[in-house]
Amino acid sequence: MKAVALGRGTQIFGLITVVLLALNGCQQKSASNVVRIGSVAPLTGAQSHYGKDNDNGARLAVDELNAKGVIIGGKKVTIELISEDDQADPRTATIVAQKLIDKQVKGVIGHLNSGTSIPASKIYHDAGIPQISPSATAIAYTAQGFNSTFRVMTNDRQQGKVLGEYAVKKLGNKAVAIIDDRTAYGQGLADEVAKAVEAAGGKIASRQYTTDSATDFTAILTAIKGANADVVFYGGMDPQGAPLVKQMRNLGLHANYLGADGIKTLEYLTLAGKDGDATIASMPGLPLEKMPGGKEFNAKFTAKYGPIQVYAPYAYDAVNVLIDAMVRAGSSDPAKYLPELHKTQFKGVTGDISFDDNGDVKAVAITLYKDVNGQWELLETLSGNAP
Amino acid sequence: MDIFVQQLINGLVLGSIYALIALGYTMVYGILELINFAHGEVTMFGAMICLAILNALLLHSGLPPLLILGIGLVGAIGFCMVLGYALERIAYRPLRHAPRLAPLITAIGMSIVLQNVAMLIWGKKFLSFPDIIPIQRFTIAGANITNLQIVIILLAILIMICLWLLIHRTRLGRAMRATAQSPELASLMGINPNTIISATFMIGGALGAVAGVMVNAYYGPAHYTMGFMLGLKAFTAAVLGGIGNITGAMFGGLLLGLIESFGAGYIGQLTGGFMGSNYQHVFAFFVLILILVFRPSGLFGERVGERA
Repeated sequence: MKAVALGRGTQIFGLITVVLLALNGCQQKSASNVVRIGSVAPLTGAQSHYGKDNDNGARLAVDELNAKGVIIGGKKVTIELISEDDQADPRTATIVAQKLIDKQVKGVIGHLNSGTSIPASKIYHDAGIPQISPSATAIAYTAQGFNSTFRVMTNDRQQGKVLGEYAVKKLGNKAVAIIDDRTAYGQGLADEVAKAVEAAGGKIASRQYTTDSATDFTAILTAIKGANADVVFYGGMDPQGAPLVKQMRNLGLHANYLGADGIKTLEYLTLAGKDGDATIASMPGLPLEKMPGGKEFNAKFTAKYGPIQVYAPYAYDAVNVLIDAMVRAGSSDPAKYLPELHKTQFKGVTGDISFDDNGDVKAVAITLYKDVNGQWELLETLSGNAP
Repeated sequence: MDIFVQQLINGLVLGSIYALIALGYTMVYGILELINFAHGEVTMFGAMICLAILNALLLHSGLPPLLILGIGLVGAIGFCMVLGYALERIAYRPLRHAPRLAPLITAIGMSIVLQNVAMLIWGKKFLSFPDIIPIQRFTIAGANITNLQIVIILLAILIMICLWLLIHRTRLGRAMRATAQSPELASLMGINPNTIISATFMIGGALGAVAGVMVNAYYGPAHYTMGFMLGLKAFTAAVLGGIGNITGAMFGGLLLGLIESFGAGYIGQLTGGFMGSNYQHVFAFFVLILILVFRPSGLFGERVGERA
C-alpha cells in the first residue's frame, strides 16, 4: 500500500512536472518572437527630464510598431523595450550596458549623454550589439572605429562650427568668452566653438570651466567681465546654463549669451525667467514644425506624455531605423542586420536618415532659436553639412 | 581693482552660506563626535519647504511679498528644526553607544532617504525661486552688488553673532559647552544631555534652513540633489576651521568661499594660462591639504587627546 501511495504521489508529481515543462516550452516559444531592444537614459537625477523624454520617444515608436505589427523574416514579432537608468553617470552606464547584454537585447537606443554613450559603446561593440544614440553629440562617440555605433543627431563638430561662425559673423562679437562643464558633451562642443571663432577671425577673450553639479558661477563670470567679452558661450546643460545667465545679469555682465542644445529646453525658459531674455541657443536638426513628420509626432507624443523636452523625436526615429534594418535583413540577429543598418535610407520624422562610414547621420541642419519673452523663437536654420 | 572687489563680494556671499551650513556640522561634531552627513539634505529641505510655502501663498493669498517671504523663511526654519530633532531621535540616539562607524553609516543612509523623499514629494525638476524680491543693483568701487547679496551677508553675520552670544552668554550655551567637554560630567551637574543634543540638532537645522533658502534665492534652482555638494563643501569648511569649533566653522566657511572665488578668478593669471578655472576645486582642496598638513586640527581647532 505504501509503495502504491508513493507511486501515485510520484505520478502526480511527474504529471505536474510535465505540465509545467509544457507551459515553460510555450513561454519559450513565444519568447522567440519577442525582440528586445534596450533604451538607456538618465531616468533619475538632475537630467531625468531629458531622460524621460528620450525614453518616451522610444516607447511611442515601439508601441506604434507593435500596434501595426512587425514582420521579421516572415514571422510576426513583438518588440519589447527594456528601459534602463544610467543616471548620466559613465560608470553606471557601463553597468547597465552589461545588464542589457545579459538580457539579450538585439539593439540599444541610447545613451542620452555623450559621456555615457562613449564608455558604453565599447561594451555593446564587444558584444556585437548595434547602438543608436538619439542625442549624444560628442565627436569622439563615433570616432572610435566601432562599426556598431550610430547616431541620428548632428555631432559637435557640425554644431560648434555653426555656433562659432554665428557669434563672430552674424552677431559681430569679436571677443568671445567660452565656458564648459567639463563633460564630454560640453567640453567637446566648447572646443569646436573655440576653433570656429578663431577661424572666423574672432578671439577667445576668456576660457573658463565649471562642473555639471556647480551652482556658483560668479567667480568665473567676474573673470569674464574683466576680460571684456561681448558674448558668452556656455557648453553644458540647463541646470547650470539657466542660473549662469541669472548670475551674469546680477553681476552687470551684459554680454550676449549663446548656448547649444543642452540649454534649448523648456526647463531653461522657466528657470532663467526674465534674465534668459535674448539667449540664443542652437538645436541640431530641423525645428519640430519643419520636420517632415513633426506636426504629427508632436500631436501623438503630447497626447500621451505631455510636452516634448528636446530629443524625443530622435529617439523615436532611432527605434524605427533599428527595426527597419531588422526587417530588411529579415533577422533580428545583430550580426545579420548590422550591415543593413549601415545601408539605411530612412525617412524619419526628423528628416532623411542615412549614415556615413563612422555611423554619423549624413544630412544635418542646425537651427538657432532666441528666447523672446520666455518662448523659443525660431531665428534661422543653417546647414552644417560636414565638408 | 573693480574685479578684485567683485571677487571679494562673490567670495563673501558664498562663504556666508558655507559658514551657516558648516556650523550645523561642527556643533553636532563638537558634542557627539558624529559627522551628520544628512545635514546637507536638511538644508535642501529648508529650500524646498520655503519654496512650497512661497508658491502656495503667492497663488492663494494677497499678502505683501515681503511678508510671504518672511512666512516662508520661518516655516522652513520651523520644519528643519523638527527635521533635525527627528533625525537625531530616530537615527542617531538609538546608536549613541554603538561603535562610531555605525552612526556614520546611518547618517549616510538618512541622507539617501531624505533625498529620495524629497524626490517623491517635489519630483525631479529644478525649481526656481519666484521673483518675489525686486532685485536692485548697486555699484561699490566699480563692483556690482545686489540688495539680495547685501541681505545674505548681513543676515549671515547677524545669525552668527546671535549664535555666538547664545553659546557664550546663555544657560543653554553653557550647558552645550559642558556637554561637548564631557557628557557624563555634564549630566552629573544636572544637565540632561539628551535635551542638549536635541537642541544642537535643532539649531543646526534652523541655520541650514536659512542657508538653503539663500542658495535657492541667490544661486539658482532648488533640486532634491542640491544638498549633497553643499554639504560636502560646508563639511570641508568646518574641517578647515577645525571641526567642533564654532568660530572655526564661521571663518572656515568664509575662507573657503573666498578661496573658491579668488582661485577661480585668478588662477589663470597666476599660472600664465597653464591652469584655468577647471582647477577651482583643486585649488580649494589644495589649501585644505596645506592647512591640515601644518595644522592637523584645523585653523581654530585645539589639539585634544582622544576622548575615553
